[in-house]
Amino acid sequence: MKIVVCVKPIPDPSYWARLPLDPKTHTLRREGIPNVLGLLDKCALEEALRIRDSCGGKVTVVSMAPLSTLGTLYQTLAMGADEVVLLSDRCFAGADTLATSYVLATAIKKLGQYHLVLCGDKSLDVGTGQVAPQVAEFLAIPHVCHVLKIDLLDGGRVRVKAKTDDGHIILETDLPAVLAVHRGINQPRLVSLMGLVAAREREIKVWGASDLEVDPARVGLVGSPTQVAQVFAPQRRRRGELLQGEAEEMVRSLMARLEQAGVMPT
Amino acid sequence: MAKDYRGVWVFAEQRKRRLQDVGLELLGEGRKLAHKMDTELGAILIGYQVGAFAEELTAYGADKVYLADSPALEVYRNEPYTRVLERAVMEHKPEILLFGATATGTDLAPRLAARLGTGLTADCIQLDIDEQGRLLQTVPAFGGNLMAQVICPKHRPQMATVRPGVMGKPERKARRAVVQALDTSVAEQGAAVRVLETVVMPEERGAALERADVVVGGGWGVGGHQEWGLVVRLANALGGEVGATRPAADEGWASEEQMIGQSGKVIRPQLYIAIGISGAIQHMVGVQEAKIIVAINNNPAAPIFKEIDIGLVADFKDIVPRLIEEVERRRAGEEAAG
Repeated sequence: MKIVVCVKPIPDPSYWARLPLDPKTHTLRREGIPNVLGLLDKCALEEALRIRDSCGGKVTVVSMAPLSTLGTLYQTLAMGADEVVLLSDRCFAGADTLATSYVLATAIKKLGQYHLVLCGDKSLDVGTGQVAPQVAEFLAIPHVCHVLKIDLLDGGRVRVKAKTDDGHIILETDLPAVLAVHRGINQPRLVSLMGLVAAREREIKVWGASDLEVDPARVGLVGSPTQVAQVFAPQRRRRGELLQGEAEEMVRSLMARLEQAGVMPT
Repeated sequence: MAKDYRGVWVFAEQRKRRLQDVGLELLGEGRKLAHKMDTELGAILIGYQVGAFAEELTAYGADKVYLADSPALEVYRNEPYTRVLERAVMEHKPEILLFGATATGTDLAPRLAARLGTGLTADCIQLDIDEQGRLLQTVPAFGGNLMAQVICPKHRPQMATVRPGVMGKPERKARRAVVQALDTSVAEQGAAVRVLETVVMPEERGAALERADVVVGGGWGVGGHQEWGLVVRLANALGGEVGATRPAADEGWASEEQMIGQSGKVIRPQLYIAIGISGAIQHMVGVQEAKIIVAINNNPAAPIFKEIDIGLVADFKDIVPRLIEEVERRRAGEEAAG
């Protein structure tokens, strides 16, 4: 079973409250902010590793991200991935989900034969959840989102349990397919420091636009139908009033304010 | 090419022959957009034996209901739904296409957008039309710490998803429905995905959390099982639900379904009371949409105090019992009054 896992390094969430915006260009300044892998990306990789370990095969991690995220991707090798390919090129910058999915799908095709593509249901930073279905569309294979359980069947098929809004659904799909895993599908393994050190000895392939032979009109900002017209910090709309002093007094003040705000249940 | 496209369309999701509220909410929003663009509002209704809903969708504002009715469309599967929508969009060329960000909407909209080669913006919290007639889509990013305004200047339709409950449901006005049948022959072609079973679960404990008007949340600072009882008692006194941070759930004080935040639920109550919660972003992203946030924490330097409406710098064990008493006294007074 050849499995491809798509991951996306994201800025460490503990820095999100003070992400610096360039006052002139209104773009995000990400320099100096460490990157991490989101939980769902790790869940997707964990699921791939478990499938490989039960039936043999190979797990390849693919990520489209700036070169500066290379360090973060060693984690996937430390977890047990067989191979990592970083898709990085200056012309990929500014891509929306469509342009991103196009590059990922092109890379997956270049890797050769594959049976399963696993993604997280949503990344943490922007969290559109759009890449998995769009990669599937470019690969012209089926996809299922919100996957809670994957069972391999004979005859090149899988049975998946996927979350719905009011329960779940059991589906069978032909392979290859793209599956986007939901929270709770597994508990991803932890990476030891030793494991990480050992992983750093290994090589991560980097493919650019020329390696992939992508259509330059379909990548990065120029290949993105959507554009960010403006980024702004939301106004802190909460007044942050602090009450201090005697407990009795604080409770009385609190009750009065809640009544005034009209949020006390009747 | 963009000028050939006209009209605002809303995907009116039905499940097991029940219309989902989010579709009606989007009709309300779609009406405003259609008005600004001086164009029609269409509702897309897909399923099997669902034609009777056309009247309801019309009452909520649709000028026309585009109906795809076929046994092959009874239970949502991506491929048949995508094909039907692709065909409908190619034929009728709507300028804007809105979806609810439900399990179905988030599976369907991205694939359709890729097939149509157009843009899609997820989880919009505000939609508007700019002076050039383009759809202006506002989305939160990085846990609500940044907002982005997204446009789709050249490609059509301009597609967006909106989460349930974000837009208000419009008023209902009975009108005569205009129904246009869509070509469903494309749905009946074989699909690679087969449905074996759909299971509707009895409502999980956490589901009430997402709809509650009052939520009391506890964090690691609550300290223990026994103290957690105070969190539960306050929630009960207020007729609300109990939520938790991940550390509190990890301690076993609350269940996984009660987790709020990045790896849990997103709540939108009138009132959220956070007890013993430091204010980690992973939790706070799930409570941004609360109308009023109150925090009780004995550490005046806790980051949560920067993101709330009212903060009580105190030991919650001194505050919560008194608060419960006050709430109960107030209720008793109201009942006596009337």
